[in-house]
Amino acid sequence: MSILVNKNTRVVTQGITGATGQLHTRACREYGTQMVAGVVPGKGGTDFEGIPIFDTVEQARKATGCNASVIYVPPPFAGDAIMEAADAGVELVVCITEGIPVLDMVKVKRYLAGKHSRLIGPNCPGIITPGECKIGIMPGYIHKPGKVGVVSRSGTLTYEAVYQLTQLGIGQSTCIGIGGDPIIGTGHIEALKLFNEDPNTEAVILIGEIGGTAEEEAAQYIKQNFKKPVVAFIAGQTAPKGRRMGHAGAIISGGRGTAADKIAALKAAGIAVAMSPADLGSTMKQVLDGRK
Amino acid sequence: MNIHEFQAKQILGRFGAPVPKGQPAATAAEMEAAFKALGQPKAVAKAQIHAGGRGKAGGVKVVNSAAEAREFAERLLGKPLVTHQTGPQGRVVRKLYLEEASEVARELYLAMLVDRKAEAVAVIASTEGGMDIEEVAAKTPDKIITEPIDQTAGMAGFQARKIAFALGLKDKQVNQFVALLSSMYRAFNETDASLIEINPLVVTKQGSVLCLDAKMSFDDNGLFRHPDIRELRDPNEEDPTETEAAKYDLSYVHLDGNIGCMVNGAGLAMATMDIVKYYGAEPANFLDVGGGANTEKVAAAFRILLSDDRVRGVLINIFGGIMRCDVLAEGVVEAARQVNLKVPLVVRMEGTNVDQGKKILKDSGLAVIAAADMADAARRVVEAIGKR
Repeated sequence: MSILVNKNTRVVTQGITGATGQLHTRACREYGTQMVAGVVPGKGGTDFEGIPIFDTVEQARKATGCNASVIYVPPPFAGDAIMEAADAGVELVVCITEGIPVLDMVKVKRYLAGKHSRLIGPNCPGIITPGECKIGIMPGYIHKPGKVGVVSRSGTLTYEAVYQLTQLGIGQSTCIGIGGDPIIGTGHIEALKLFNEDPNTEAVILIGEIGGTAEEEAAQYIKQNFKKPVVAFIAGQTAPKGRRMGHAGAIISGGRGTAADKIAALKAAGIAVAMSPADLGSTMKQVLDGRK
Repeated sequence: MNIHEFQAKQILGRFGAPVPKGQPAATAAEMEAAFKALGQPKAVAKAQIHAGGRGKAGGVKVVNSAAEAREFAERLLGKPLVTHQTGPQGRVVRKLYLEEASEVARELYLAMLVDRKAEAVAVIASTEGGMDIEEVAAKTPDKIITEPIDQTAGMAGFQARKIAFALGLKDKQVNQFVALLSSMYRAFNETDASLIEINPLVVTKQGSVLCLDAKMSFDDNGLFRHPDIRELRDPNEEDPTETEAAKYDLSYVHLDGNIGCMVNGAGLAMATMDIVKYYGAEPANFLDVGGGANTEKVAAAFRILLSDDRVRGVLINIFGGIMRCDVLAEGVVEAARQVNLKVPLVVRMEGTNVDQGKKILKDSGLAVIAAADMADAARRVVEAIGKR
């Protein structure tokens, strides 16, 4: 078991002929993901290394029954691509693209209200259920099938956490990068709800960063509703106020969104917070060993 | 991206917002001419820097003659102005603004920004104008009005009126305020703004609503749609190292410590800064080289972080997913040769082609300290620069 993606997931790549789209479609297929279609307006009827390309997501869905989409199209067109996938009824839309204008995302989120699609990202590494399905740009080989869920706003920091777990022999159920932008599709709490209901997930690593109040809200949710142990880390303890730290969403503004506030909220909810990013794996090991 | 007050007022004015008449000036002579052109017995002279708190720091003054306007310019131009937002070194004043004076009856606060929680543009307003709004929010949160705007409906009249009445506006001010919010919302959407702040928004003694100060920031991701706004960037207001980094599409933020950090990915870069601190030192910078960095970009990143002469040691932490460790190693070797590296260099690499990367570093003859993992890397770099 896992959440959102598994060996039955059928994926369409939006922007399959761009350099990034090609590279990662190939890598995901090699990992074992069912990459069933590509979409590039104007290139319908051609193929990418045997994967059929369609002009629209709607056509791709009709012809291949794809139930997930991954988006690599450039920022000016990515918001439109998300809406197209939702309009076609694709259940899971994973947007990797970094640099989408925030006002485009305001519009996209309004559009998604009432639709049946779940959006992950944008500006994220994607989602992986180790050994079954990899959608996105994460290096597949560092993962190992198992029972720890990972949810994170970061890309490479997630790889770091996963790598530490795998080194310690701890496998992962599903790892979701929710994205580093201020407005995203699926937040910490929604990911946690899914992990809560997944019988195969025994514990969760939550990786947050400065900016916004999503981690404070997640702490509240965990305290009230979450049945499994959580290990957390917040990046940006040394970040100055008012400066954007790479990710568009990683900024302490109006005195809110500091790492200290988030860590305090998580600790108050009884969550094991790793103070050093090098201790994420070992902290999880302690938590799991303590339950045996 | 931030712009100056006078630029924000010009933009808001174009969208129909009520702003005082004014003129920018870059020299004392221009300031004198601006006073004469305004043709009024008095005017307000304002230093233009990207920082608040100018009034208290002596950067704003009522002038009663062209000579006084000139004198203000001579006193400020080319010199640093220190406000509570600039830090002790201040910001050099290169531009001034002269505008008509207003008689103020009431000072209010008005802003528009992207509310992350509501996932919408929101209006923030308060009766406590002219003050530091963060302080108002901390001490008297009940005096802050927040009203998210529905993306489909736009800035609805009833919402604007609701805020107007909550601010205690009356008579013709209510309609003026409704029109102002509508102008602001159009300006916000049509320029991909991330913040419009009017502090204070005033009610004049004549009973009209007027934007006495204005600040606008823009979403960097939206600038591709607005070449005209991109042109308003003032490089003098930005850190030269950060501007240089931006040319290479590197994300760099200057900090106060002495350990230079180079990392791929924003989250890992922040976590690397944190672990440096955890082991007792301070990071000199945030530097994310991104996912698809090539040798040239890595070399540029390395040069940029070493251009900070406070850097006493360098920590490179790369988790290669898309980025290959051999590409990183080549870039580091090339750059270290170019800059004649004199400080200790600790490299931690993991991921794609890690063995090739390690071999390139080893064969280069550079004095690279190889680290096993993140904690080891931080420990070693802190140790290498010695206890201070």
